[in-house]
Amino acid sequence: MKGSTMKSATRLLSLYGAMWRNSVTREMSFKVNFLLWIVVELLWFALQLAFMSVLYTHTDSIGGWSKWEVVLLVGCSNFIQQLFTAFFLTNLTEISEHIRTGRLDFMLLLPVNTRFLVSLRKVDLGAYVNAACALVVIGYAGHRLHLTPSAGQLIGFAVLCGAGLTVHYSLMFLLSGVAFWTVRAQGIVFGYYNLFNIARLPDSAFPRGAFKAFFTFGLPMLLVSNVPSKVLVGKLESPWEMALLIGMAAACFGVSEAFWRWSLRHYTSASS
Amino acid sequence: MRKYLHVFAIGIQNTLVYRVNFLFRAAFGLIPLTGTLFVWRSIYGQKGEGASVGGYPIVVMVSYYLLVTVVDALTAVAEDDWQIAADIKDGNISQFLLKPLDYLTYRLSLYLSGRVIYTTVAMIPVSLFILYLRAFFLPPTDSPALFGFILSVILAGLLQFFIAYSMALLAFWVLDVSTFIFIQFAFEYIASGHLFPLDLLPPALATALRLTPYPYLCYFPVSVYLGRIQGPELIQGLAIQAAWVAAGYGLARWMWRRGIRKYSAVGG
Repeated sequence: MKGSTMKSATRLLSLYGAMWRNSVTREMSFKVNFLLWIVVELLWFALQLAFMSVLYTHTDSIGGWSKWEVVLLVGCSNFIQQLFTAFFLTNLTEISEHIRTGRLDFMLLLPVNTRFLVSLRKVDLGAYVNAACALVVIGYAGHRLHLTPSAGQLIGFAVLCGAGLTVHYSLMFLLSGVAFWTVRAQGIVFGYYNLFNIARLPDSAFPRGAFKAFFTFGLPMLLVSNVPSKVLVGKLESPWEMALLIGMAAACFGVSEAFWRWSLRHYTSASS
Repeated sequence: MRKYLHVFAIGIQNTLVYRVNFLFRAAFGLIPLTGTLFVWRSIYGQKGEGASVGGYPIVVMVSYYLLVTVVDALTAVAEDDWQIAADIKDGNISQFLLKPLDYLTYRLSLYLSGRVIYTTVAMIPVSLFILYLRAFFLPPTDSPALFGFILSVILAGLLQFFIAYSMALLAFWVLDVSTFIFIQFAFEYIASGHLFPLDLLPPALATALRLTPYPYLCYFPVSVYLGRIQGPELIQGLAIQAAWVAAGYGLARWMWRRGIRKYSAVGG
């Protein structure tokens, strides 16, 4: 049993390697464009940092977070968002197109997990570069805060970033699944971008209430990058915050998987 | 003129198809706005009663952001730039070169129809949101402020359109204009006062930005409404804004003339 899961895992990895090579070839045929996209993303990242630094010329703290702590938070949020873009974004926005053109039918016939194929087919290489830039910003903010994180903190940070990535992926996958019913789902998918905007704000700036509760226990945007950052900065109020993020990530993934299976069962091809 | 009214009517019918999309877009857009407002509330909360940031008491600050949302609904370009670029790339503009139809006026009619529908749909969530925050939403200072606001929003819309149109015309020279559009948009987002009032910036930077057309897209109309720009300053501002609109129009016409010479009607 264990041998067979190992085997399928290596098979998926080698498949992903092939998709990587495809994407490199595709990207390198438009080199200038590839570089320009990196510039675009860096510019938006700089914009978020500029917004925060302008706020901090008028205040010393936002909800108990100092300037460099917030820079670290924005960096962490961007890091997770870029990883999400690197792995999933293009693919998820294309799902509605696969359904509309009937290409999904062919994917369902291929001898590989369809969710894997649909989610990871194209790799966004520029996003890896941008994720690395976000790491540099996190590192610099940590340096300004005189942080000396332990190995445990670093591992915790990495694991929680993974959980945050899972949350974004599962929710966006769920949203793009709406394409099974309405072809114009792309607007909804792009609407998700607005949620990234709250993920980079310090959670303690939000008063207790419906808004905060919804974005913590419903769509856990206020956990995604806040919890990993808190681990690094040492602001964690209780270990339960980590458990909550991991639990929410597992729940989001579970719901999205159930929805995917249910949608496929009710899928009546668009073409052929 | 009549044919463009016709284009406008067709545009209305075509964009009506997207009404649900528009509703989602407007409603989702309120989420980051709420986040930003909470952050401001937290900043003002620390400063105590009657505090002001950059000359903005909290009521004015919240009103600023709500007005930015309104101006944005009224003037933002939605799909226009992508469609223009696609028309050029796919060779669709060939038919306009043969017909007695001016492409710029044609696109302007479509832009206006798109705005009419978008604003109508967006008004539902946005006005509910403003109603909810009515304690923080100021009425226009006086009737010149209201009149100046309406006038400057119209000019801002025209300026926005000419900028988007000119950016899209880059498609005559480059294969993919989306990166250029996004880079321009990033500058616009901060320099137009979309993200925060420009008065919060260091004075030297704010003054420098006022020399660009960007503040006239958003910061200027909102400031007029809030009565922060009045009297001779208002007249002068409107004149400069009109001059930028004229410059934008000139740029759009000039780029079109240059582009047409380069145009090879791919696929047309």
